[in-house]
Amino acid sequence: MTLLKYSSGQFFPSIAEGQVEVALHEWRENPQVHADATALVISNDENLADLVCDISGFDTVVLEYPSFLDGRAFSQARILRERLHYSGEIRARGDVLRDQIAFMVRCGINGFEFADGAASATEAVAEFTNAYQAGVDEAAPIWRQRHRRARAA
Amino acid sequence: MYRYDEFDATMVAERNAQFRGQIARRLSGELTEEQFKPLRLMNGLYLQLHAYMLRVAIPYGTLSSRQMRRLAYVARKYDKGYGHFTTRQNIQYNWPALVDVPDIFDDLAQDELHAIQTSGNCIRNVTADQYAGAAADEVEDPRPYAEMIRQWSTLHPEFSWLPRKFKIAVTGAENDRSAIRVHDIGLRLHKNDEGDFGFEVIVGGGMGRTPFIGHTIREFLPREYLLSYLEAILRVYNLQGRRDNLYKARIKILVNAKGAEEFRDLVEAEWRAIKKSEIDLPVEERARIKAYFAPPEFEDLHDESVALNERLASSSEFARWRRTNCANHKIPGYAIANISLKPIGGIPGDASDAQMDAIADLAEKYSFDEIRVSHEQNLVLPHVKKDDLFAVWTALVKHELATPNIGLASDIIACPGLDYCKLANTRSIPIAQKISERFADFDDQESLGELKIKISGCINACGHHHVGHIGILGVDKRGEEFYQITLGGSGAEDAALGEIVGRGLSADNVVDAVAKLIEHYRQARQDKERFLDTYRRLGADNFKEALNDAA
Repeated sequence: MTLLKYSSGQFFPSIAEGQVEVALHEWRENPQVHADATALVISNDENLADLVCDISGFDTVVLEYPSFLDGRAFSQARILRERLHYSGEIRARGDVLRDQIAFMVRCGINGFEFADGAASATEAVAEFTNAYQAGVDEAAPIWRQRHRRARAA
Repeated sequence: MYRYDEFDATMVAERNAQFRGQIARRLSGELTEEQFKPLRLMNGLYLQLHAYMLRVAIPYGTLSSRQMRRLAYVARKYDKGYGHFTTRQNIQYNWPALVDVPDIFDDLAQDELHAIQTSGNCIRNVTADQYAGAAADEVEDPRPYAEMIRQWSTLHPEFSWLPRKFKIAVTGAENDRSAIRVHDIGLRLHKNDEGDFGFEVIVGGGMGRTPFIGHTIREFLPREYLLSYLEAILRVYNLQGRRDNLYKARIKILVNAKGAEEFRDLVEAEWRAIKKSEIDLPVEERARIKAYFAPPEFEDLHDESVALNERLASSSEFARWRRTNCANHKIPGYAIANISLKPIGGIPGDASDAQMDAIADLAEKYSFDEIRVSHEQNLVLPHVKKDDLFAVWTALVKHELATPNIGLASDIIACPGLDYCKLANTRSIPIAQKISERFADFDDQESLGELKIKISGCINACGHHHVGHIGILGVDKRGEEFYQITLGGSGAEDAALGEIVGRGLSADNVVDAVAKLIEHYRQARQDKERFLDTYRRLGADNFKEALNDAA
């Protein structure tokens, strides 16, 4: 298992530092006890809609893919980025398929516990030049590009 | 019709390249079949009983002549010279070889066709009223919105790994020809009292082993918010839909477990929090898409056609086809012409390559280059001048495409059943063929009036039996094929689920039973009452007795 970090279209192998993990429900129950934790692990049945606590102090939020077929963490990642404005690392853990990495990036995930190497992941995110939807990444959706182009013409 | 710009074309080309790579990784063993399966399904590729099956998308059932010729070409070059039009307005090929699939996709892409999201646990190819842009009862053309949904849902980063498949249907007409109340989301464009256009949003309908009629969670959604509202629904579903049990994973189970009101509250709360400006298309983009669906250049005609009237008077066969297969157009002097893919004793929805080519020629010559596919597995020439109807009919007769039975007893929906499908318990096609042959007499069919018979070869209900006026469900009992009859269903604006009547019957007996039920209706009917209305008036017990008495 390699830890990859994503930035601006590239994946970089990274060394998993000795982070101290705590599960969301444990931390919520007793934050003082877990004051030294650096990574928050959110299981994919947690409802983030009622998450009112401040998670900005964590370096990493870990989202789980118990099976590559289970897509709940895609929504959780977007909520973390777009609604809770979490700006640290969001790491995908579990059954991460090469063919899902581009979707993960577009939902705001930028850390991957992934079996394949960085080259394979970089290739995978380059498969599509554009997207129809706005994502958490910086790419403009196709409709916005069309509009810009029409205005420039 | 919508035409690709370079963004759309690039998207499809890159998708094809990606899938070519995925197939290569599967063949090299890098991908296991378990990993490959969802990837191939999202590209329309199934592994069936005898072979791979490829389902090609026909977004909202709209085709140009060029595209139809391309479908004919694929049938000829890669398959056995035919294709099967489906209840989701798509086309399926039953015999492609895996090694050919990337080439098929490249061929299809030349005419803006693809198989993206025709299967898999994602947002499927969107369907719409087959009479869109032509129907006399239309409030607004649903196709621009269907195209917006197509783009929004294509490779959606958040919603490509849903608990289960997700089907959206759109109509802009008063009469529901798209079965919107039995979809995961049904959308009905309408005008409110202030004269504004918006959508009625219906959620949680569906068939399968647990059928439900959908719930309206919003009477009026201003049309500019369509995509953000869909996003809110999908997000609630993606996060809260069940993933522990395949049979309870559809949104209908979630909606009905929570109750429609609580589900609506969740969606509305999500929608309020969502950043709409990042999702809803700006007015310029909506106008750009809408412009593709501008009405064709209709001629200024009298609604009465002298040429048509002469032909109607001289040919009773043509007059019958005109009565049964044509619908009212919104423009004077035009008609909507339905092409039945239900020849007596034939396979519902099948068309040969030669027939597809012939239909493409007719569309080019007589229907502004447009063809539609209906969810009832027929084709439509949406804009035919009444003056030209006879010429169209003559050509259709030549290609055995003029069966005068739209909406009648032999216009049967049937799933592929055990002849092709690996999920099926029983065959469906032979039952459809036998019923069709039993009611072959066109005078008889026409006198019976609208009668929707729908046949599914298993509980998954691909043949829509739950919403058949007469539904037939195939069940396996100790290795034998049995058929269960349901009555009183409807997929239209008066949507209802059929009720089971009587015991399971053998293949021979089920055809007799259908005949008995129809005979009972004939005796009990008042005036021009439809089968469905007689059934609703008299009730299930009355029909059950009729079935038992005669047995």
